[in-house]
Amino acid sequence: MDAGEILVWLVWLGAVTALFASGLAVVLFQNPFYSALALIVNLASLAVLFLLLSAEFVAAAQVLVYAGAVVVMFLFVTAYLGGRADAPWAGGPTLQRLFAVGAAAAIAIEVVVAISLTAEDRLTDPAELAEAFGSPVEIGRLFVSDQLLAFEATSIILLVAAVGGVILGTTAPRAERGEGEEVGQR
Amino acid sequence: MMGPGIASYLVVSVILFGIGAFGVLIRRSPLIVLLALEIMLNAGNLALLAFARQLGDGSGHVFALTVMVVAASEAVIGLGLIVAMSRLRVELDVDKLTTLRG
Repeated sequence: MDAGEILVWLVWLGAVTALFASGLAVVLFQNPFYSALALIVNLASLAVLFLLLSAEFVAAAQVLVYAGAVVVMFLFVTAYLGGRADAPWAGGPTLQRLFAVGAAAAIAIEVVVAISLTAEDRLTDPAELAEAFGSPVEIGRLFVSDQLLAFEATSIILLVAAVGGVILGTTAPRAERGEGEEVGQR
Repeated sequence: MMGPGIASYLVVSVILFGIGAFGVLIRRSPLIVLLALEIMLNAGNLALLAFARQLGDGSGHVFALTVMVVAASEAVIGLGLIVAMSRLRVELDVDKLTTLRG
């Protein structure tokens, strides 16, 4: 094991530790503001893992799209709503919460069993990478050739989301003018 | 491939997905539920990229970018719904939110 290999392992271990710690922080922090900030750490350490998988363009897009746009939007909305605290374990462990822990663990175990039963020896010996693997050139070429349908579907999804965001933003304020009771009846 | 093999990445991805699912199920604030959903989508992305690296196929990257677009759209609509709920003075608690009638 040479120095480069050891360095990759160290970076991987650090990124995975930060990933799990910040993921648990997102789920368990009471203040939604801190949860959104922990999500930034989560996304940044995930981008490190993407880099280790030779996915440079996706890692860059991850940081730009999530940390740059989505989390900032979350922070704006949290500030707008006033950052109400919401204790995850308030009122002790109810039946629903125990089932939640069980369901999350069951999903994890189910996926591990399903993959390890069907994988056999296909999870070792990774393929040799082409020079352009993960580069913007290669991804752009795939987007307009083999994956053209995904590209077009993406544009429709973005259009629908934009229209939906505008409709939600323009029709909701009725209640602020004291017409909240009528809204429910129509 | 230097460092850990694809199986390690898949285990990380599964654990991260479990953390996200746990958050969606136990939290009552719709904001945190959306954040936990983002974690679940990202765990899926990690698995996609690990398989893309394993097979040397760039299509996995295209899938990951598409998932990212879906996640961004979902955040826009989800946050729009939360803001609309707070404007209608509906209590922000997914356990008490039983109808979409406003």
